[in-house]
Amino acid sequence: MYVYDEHDRQLAAERVAQFRDQTERALAGELAEDEFLPLRLQNGLYIQRLAPMLRICVPYGMLRSNQLRRLARITRDYDKGYAHFTTRQNVQLNWPALEDVPDILAELAEVEMHANQTSGNCIRNTTTDQFSGVQADEITDPRPYCEIIRQWSTFHPEFAFLPRKFKVAVNASEHTDRAAIQVHDIGLQMVRNEAGELGFRVHVGGGLGRTPMVGPVIRQFLPELDLLTYLEAVLRVYNRYGRRDNKFKARIKILVKALTPEGFAEKVEAEWQHIKDSPTRLTREAIERTQSYFTEPDYAALDNATDLLATQRFEHRGFDQWLTHNVDSHKKPGYAIVNLTLKKTGTPPGDVTDQQLEQIADLADEYSFGEIRVTHHQNVVLADVRQDQLLELWHAITPMGFATANLNTLTDVICCPGGDFCALANAKSIPVAEAIQRKFDNLDYLYDLGNIDLNISGCMNACGHHHVGNIGVLGVDKKGDEFYQISLGGSSHHDASIGKILGPSFARDEMPEVISKIIDVYVDKRTEEETFLDTYRRVGIDPFKERVYA
Amino acid sequence: MPKVISPDGSIRQDNWVVVPRPAEGESLDIPADQPALIPADLWLAGHEHFTGRADIGVWFDSHDEPEILDGRVNELPVIAVNFPKFSDGRGYSIGRLLRERFGYVNELRAIGDVLLDQLQFMKRCGFDAYVLRPDKDITKAQKCLNFFSQGYQAATDTDIPLFRRRAS
Ligand code: HEM
Ligand code: SF4
Repeated sequence: MYVYDEHDRQLAAERVAQFRDQTERALAGELAEDEFLPLRLQNGLYIQRLAPMLRICVPYGMLRSNQLRRLARITRDYDKGYAHFTTRQNVQLNWPALEDVPDILAELAEVEMHANQTSGNCIRNTTTDQFSGVQADEITDPRPYCEIIRQWSTFHPEFAFLPRKFKVAVNASEHTDRAAIQVHDIGLQMVRNEAGELGFRVHVGGGLGRTPMVGPVIRQFLPELDLLTYLEAVLRVYNRYGRRDNKFKARIKILVKALTPEGFAEKVEAEWQHIKDSPTRLTREAIERTQSYFTEPDYAALDNATDLLATQRFEHRGFDQWLTHNVDSHKKPGYAIVNLTLKKTGTPPGDVTDQQLEQIADLADEYSFGEIRVTHHQNVVLADVRQDQLLELWHAITPMGFATANLNTLTDVICCPGGDFCALANAKSIPVAEAIQRKFDNLDYLYDLGNIDLNISGCMNACGHHHVGNIGVLGVDKKGDEFYQISLGGSSHHDASIGKILGPSFARDEMPEVISKIIDVYVDKRTEEETFLDTYRRVGIDPFKERVYA
Repeated sequence: MPKVISPDGSIRQDNWVVVPRPAEGESLDIPADQPALIPADLWLAGHEHFTGRADIGVWFDSHDEPEILDGRVNELPVIAVNFPKFSDGRGYSIGRLLRERFGYVNELRAIGDVLLDQLQFMKRCGFDAYVLRPDKDITKAQKCLNFFSQGYQAATDTDIPLFRRRAS
């Protein structure tokens, strides 16, 4: 994992001092509200329905145990004892006091954390696959490239006041995309060209929100050393020509669409020709230096514990289910990737208490070299667990509520905070997630249904990624009442697509039944091997419409 | 008369005036006794009158394209870039293009909605003169120009990104 050197430490300290100064000027009335707004947003600070909200950055989702413990202490000392993992791998606090934020930032800086650019019209946290570095099918570990982007984008003087927020995601797996790169402003897929050289396929102009779009490819192969100069060219074109007259048309996706992907790509290439050989061009040493922070932990030389696990599975049915659903294979023999789910019915998806943060820190120390990763599905991952310790771990996490064996099933819901916390919401979303979880409480049935992404947002800002859920739920407002619109067929993976709206919306108490009917259609129509999405793509939306609105 | 801040935070006064773009059918109203900044495209249209005059500079608005002055920038003693709203970041790109692509070496001035917290970004993007919005406390400029002792990236102030400095 990346470790700060004296430069990073100094910059982090200067940032805290800067924000302290800005907050003091704001509280003294020297900064008007609209002048302070972008400054505080660039420090992750929203003013919300109930209190400020602070979004703390977790670069590409990686955390160390001491950082988790510090987060736990911060939620206790400055907040109400819980925090929230988000779809962009960050952490949110819902109740800090404005005056305390500089102190919180100072506490974070002590453990190499910050809230830089977690909001505002600037380049946000770069996200990636939570299994980076430990899976067998990745082209290379994407995290060093994410760290390189993090440094380049942090306090970038030219791009702090873009037309709109800007999000970059990187994926390096050949077979899956756990980072949803095609619905980001820039999505980078790591690839090798025919000569075996490493580079990126560049998608630009994806995104959710009001005008959801899948990002088209604007360059099939970008050599790795050209990463930053090319990003700089894309951002410069966007900064200069992105729309600023209308906030809803200001995202880069609108510019890409207006110019066509080819037209946009030409503009970027023209810009890039001027700067591609500038000192911003990466060097082999810079990449290797960054890679040296992401080396393998001190793995033991082990064999796969196949027989042991088979016996243990046989003895514990719950362990068997958990192993099948929440544990993934690891590139090293004798190790496994463990997903701790934060989706226990009755707990809002992604919520963690201060005690749970400390429990996760202890688990990380004991079982996974002191590191964890946050997933964009609002779960956490222990990436390096010995297979012969899995049973012990399962026993430990079951009472903590992290062993709900529903990963990737219908009840592993992505859900934004909605009307319970968010000032922008049209409707509550957490109670909808809970009602659906209650209705589908039979694990065997869930397993029979297979992988289904159910994503819920409380308004069209799409924090819950509803457009790319196989089933998406969107809170809408009808004359002051809360209603829910359903879309089907979205995907955030390699086959990314935006869901199609089913029809008129429903009242909240109808939702579990409506989801049930949708599932029934799938069960009726599916062939042996089909997932929900396969069936939907084959039969189309009509059979679902007929059943739901019958 | 504008109070102008320099990159080191010192303050001086000068008497450059910004001549607004004339309305349809009107002509440029250049003052007789003061140096003037005129819209860049109009300077170009009449550059045979203006070249060599130390009292005529140009200004760009945030949506203007500095490309129009390619090859001519150093005929100008001052180029100003307007920030119509502090949150409009196009001027930063204009600054870097003028300095890094077109090789502009004379004064580059930030005008308009210029606030304290943007000064260091402006400095890094090549601006070496700042006319702060008058209601802001000019004595705080020096501190705000120096919140950060270095930057991660290359920009106009340094062409050595931190990753290159780390390697050396
Ligand atoms: C109460 C706190 C929150 C507020 C005020 C808030 C606000 C917003 C707003 C205004 C947008 C607008 C986007 C646009 O128009 O493009 C947005 C997008 C988004 N938010 Fe939130 N949000 C909050 C919580 C969350 C949480 C908890 C998550 C994660 C579960 C999240 C994840 C996202 C994501 C992924 C998008 C992106 C949509 C895109 O790609 O275009 N937000 N949020
Ligand atoms: S989707 Fe809407 S309701 Fe949900 S967190 Fe985002 S802004 Fe708030």
